[in-house]
Amino acid sequence: MGNRTIIPFGPQHPVLPEPIHLDLVLDDETVVEAIPSIGYIHRGLEKLVEKKDYLQYTYVAERICGICSFMHGMGYCMSVESIMGVEIPERAAFLRTMWAELSRLQSHFLWMGLLADAFGFESLFMHAWRVRERILDIFEQTTGGRVIFSVCDIGGVRKDANAQALDKILSVMDTLEAETKELTQVFLNDSSVKHRTCGLGMLSGQDAIALGAVGPMARASGVDLDMRKLGYAAYGKLSFEPVVETAGDCYARTAVRIREIFQSIDLIRQCVRLMPEGDVIVKVKGNPDGEYFTRLEQPRGEVIYYSKANGTKFLDRVRVRTPTFANIPALLETLKGCTLADVPVLILTIDPCISCTER
Amino acid sequence: MSILSITKTLFKSMFHGPYTSAYPLQKKVFFDKTRGSVKINISDCIFCGICQRRCPTGAITVEKEDRAWRIERLRCIQCSYCTEVCPKKCLAMDGQYSSPSQGSIKDEYKDARVSGDQADH
Repeated sequence: MGNRTIIPFGPQHPVLPEPIHLDLVLDDETVVEAIPSIGYIHRGLEKLVEKKDYLQYTYVAERICGICSFMHGMGYCMSVESIMGVEIPERAAFLRTMWAELSRLQSHFLWMGLLADAFGFESLFMHAWRVRERILDIFEQTTGGRVIFSVCDIGGVRKDANAQALDKILSVMDTLEAETKELTQVFLNDSSVKHRTCGLGMLSGQDAIALGAVGPMARASGVDLDMRKLGYAAYGKLSFEPVVETAGDCYARTAVRIREIFQSIDLIRQCVRLMPEGDVIVKVKGNPDGEYFTRLEQPRGEVIYYSKANGTKFLDRVRVRTPTFANIPALLETLKGCTLADVPVLILTIDPCISCTER
Repeated sequence: MSILSITKTLFKSMFHGPYTSAYPLQKKVFFDKTRGSVKINISDCIFCGICQRRCPTGAITVEKEDRAWRIERLRCIQCSYCTEVCPKKCLAMDGQYSSPSQGSIKDEYKDARVSGDQADH
């Protein structure tokens, strides 16, 4: 029986990109328990809905997170559109889907880099982020922003992508696919990388459901849970199947995200091919009155947007349930029994976004 | 061999040269839609104040009496909402970002022609 020690981990820690604090109870080198505390980056963005009218709040919603910013804006717009009964033009739905999938791509590349950094593979980290740069350039060309796009609006999207831009997206997707195939070989086949991920942080399918895991975390444990199958935006018109792995360890979670990268490339190609002509925005009149729940699939999992309106231009309440918050209980469960050196890799495999979680 | 899986990428990088651009020597080419900062064609402005009311961060102040349009550059979030609501389309987005600063940057634009007319009265 060794000595029990408590090691404070975070909020500022060299291996953590996000400010979360964990008190790790260690038995020698093994983690026995992890006690989380959050609240280091709370900005009160939900409260801000009382000060900004429902059109201006779109820009606030986008700033909840810098990585899935587009999908936050999209989720908020979808909830308000549903309250007001606004049907967005079909081209806008396809553009939203395309930008959402591009966001998923850049988020997964970012995560791949951070994971490589967590297990000390610096050159792999640089290469993942080099490839990601191509997607950010597409964003800048089609929306005008690299991180915060400000293109989603109540009633559609504010910018259109012309045929030239769509062609460029297709050609970038071809290059990207080749580069990604080369790069992901390292994550999936390299023996030194597999040493760090295989068999680490096992989460069974039953536990994933019981602990409320969402997104790639749940899908890596064999839970077939993908909100895109609900068919929001243009997903109903695209053909795809959720990526599911059954092992439930860090390697499976890595494999799910890597397979999702190829799935997203395929979905973007389908979007460009099926993109109809027409308007991209409809004029919205009046103020919303009612309440609505929207669910959509972010790179990290299912996000829930709840909006309550009272007939004035200021909403009563906006509530966001973010995927990282849902994945924290599952993370704490998987941390039990791992060694201290594996903690950063395990935290990284849930792809934490504490900015989303605390808003 | 599985331990050499990144070798191909590394060899390519060795002969490729830097992927980044040599910034001040090589200027960044912005796209048409790049939202760097808001610019105004002040001679077309009618000082209606719609941009001030719609701005999500309150960065714009319009004073009809002075015929002045002011913007706090560091409060502006470059959302380009003002350029869309402007009835005279005198606002547009410039590709160039505003320069970094520790303090606030306040830019004021005055309609010289109109203020000259007013001075005549």
